[in-house]
Amino acid sequence: MTARITPRNAAVVALLIILALVPVYCALTGGTFALSLFTRIVIFALAAVALNLVMGFGGMVSFGHAAFLGLGGYTVGILAKEGVGSGFVQWPLALLVSALFALGVGALSLRTRGVYFIMITLAFAQMAYYVASGLDRYGGDDGLTIYHRSTFAGVIDLSNKTQFYYLCLALLIAAVYLVSRLVNSRFGLVIQGARSNERRMRALGFPTFRYKLTCFVISGVLCGLAGVLLANHTDFISPAIMHWTRSGDLIVMAVLGGMGTVMGPVIGAVTLLLLEEGLSRVTEYWPIILGPLILLVVLFARGGIDGVLARPGRG
Amino acid sequence: MLYFIEQCLNGVQLGMLLFLLAAGLTLVFGIMDLVNLAHGSLYMIGAYFAATFAALTGSFVLAAVLALIATLVVGMAVEVIVMRRLYGRDHLDHVLGTFGLILFFNELVRLIWGPAGMTLPLPAEMLTAVQVLPGIYYPVYRLVIIVVTLAVAAALYLFIMRTRIGMLIRAGASNREMVGALGVNIKLLYTLVFGLGAALAGFAGLMQAPILTVQIGMGENILILAFVVIIIGGIGSIRGAFVASVFVGIVDTIGRAFLPDLLRTVLNENAAATLGPSLSSMLIYMLMAAVLVFRPEGLFPASRR
Repeated sequence: MTARITPRNAAVVALLIILALVPVYCALTGGTFALSLFTRIVIFALAAVALNLVMGFGGMVSFGHAAFLGLGGYTVGILAKEGVGSGFVQWPLALLVSALFALGVGALSLRTRGVYFIMITLAFAQMAYYVASGLDRYGGDDGLTIYHRSTFAGVIDLSNKTQFYYLCLALLIAAVYLVSRLVNSRFGLVIQGARSNERRMRALGFPTFRYKLTCFVISGVLCGLAGVLLANHTDFISPAIMHWTRSGDLIVMAVLGGMGTVMGPVIGAVTLLLLEEGLSRVTEYWPIILGPLILLVVLFARGGIDGVLARPGRG
Repeated sequence: MLYFIEQCLNGVQLGMLLFLLAAGLTLVFGIMDLVNLAHGSLYMIGAYFAATFAALTGSFVLAAVLALIATLVVGMAVEVIVMRRLYGRDHLDHVLGTFGLILFFNELVRLIWGPAGMTLPLPAEMLTAVQVLPGIYYPVYRLVIIVVTLAVAAALYLFIMRTRIGMLIRAGASNREMVGALGVNIKLLYTLVFGLGAALAGFAGLMQAPILTVQIGMGENILILAFVVIIIGGIGSIRGAFVASVFVGIVDTIGRAFLPDLLRTVLNENAAATLGPSLSSMLIYMLMAAVLVFRPEGLFPASRR
């Protein structure tokens, strides 16, 4: 396969270079704000990539993916509060919790389809939200401050902003690579086949339910990982991270960038969060611009930003 | 026992309010096949209009009427400007587009009315409580909500089942191309239905406003409840929405009132105190998940072919 220089490839490469150079820029200018912002962006990009796996490739519109952010984050937060600070315990456990939740939710939700699937995933996320609100020992509605980031026995120091940023970026790239390999594998083709015509896939002898459930679990685990990173980034976790509008944000990122493409969600997350940041400097009332902007993308830019970049030049 | 009856009444009252929201949502959903997350924004706008008009006119009833008209107009404008372009699109596009609308409306309200909430004072005669059963006193206003909403539900039923426009709406729900082909102005019909749904949402907002404060984002959590209602009731079914509203209202209220005490009898004090509130908040979502698992189309699926 020869890589041609298209606007899309150029944009992706430029984006990756920019992401890789953010700490350098911060080191040169001495500010850490951009680093913190981009850490957040990279983490949300990871969550959007996870959501895109089920939504873009699997056609399963989950309106409850913020629950996984919360599960990952809360596992870290609760263990930290109980004195278990080692990332070697926290992280695998957080991923396990996310996987189990995804397995349970997926097994029940995948019996429905269409808008019912949207709503049932939302319902499960709401349940997780209320469980977190009720955890009085862990801050309840007010949330829980995490006093120590996960420790990795000297392998990597998460309190070092640059090291943490590169860890997040590495995990994001690994996730994107995983998704790109996955969707082009036999497994991925079955998933995409089930999206376009599930009955036909079943007639061909594929147990689509099991494939979709596996896909949902993988996505949940990746999103849980984003939650783990987010908790470590903000040193704080609260039920607000699982609010349904957060799930909406993730959907916006995936669709804005271009659903069902490997890099789309990354582009979407970068665009949305930078846009929020930029607009909030222009006006205090920035959502009044962002809202209609999202609407315009829905109405006129099908395929998102990636779709616009991939479109052959007109004329 | 008295407490139980009182809580049941509270449940019915919440159910009635949910019905007002859910009816509009399910109409728009069933007829235009549109998932409208911004329905909660119309609820909020109704409440803000009512509070504003009440401050201007000094009359609660007049304010309510003006607010209803204003919300109807806003709803129809939203339909003409935005929603019309979303029909026939993927549900995901609806979720996304109307999510953008929520951001817009929340900010617009902040811009116009400021970040602080508002209150909608009740007229003095509604502040009293009446004896509904021997020994049970119940606030007049909550009774008013129940009665007025029942009247609205009845009127809506008659409108949908007994009038010509209602007939067209039902026809549009089962086969929109055919209705269009028969020369009905389906665009106008849709605008009307959306406006009606908006007015119902605004009505719910203004009825709830005196009980809670009028604030930004007030529609977001209740919107999710309304979605639970229409999913349980079956999308597109007004009757299902009515039954499910009352059901959800009572389950939610009774759960909140009694579940913590009930847990205390089987668990220790600490565990019950932690578990009680979350479990009662989760109750209706569990209910909905259970309904979807066993009846994936809701309890009263609107017949379609």
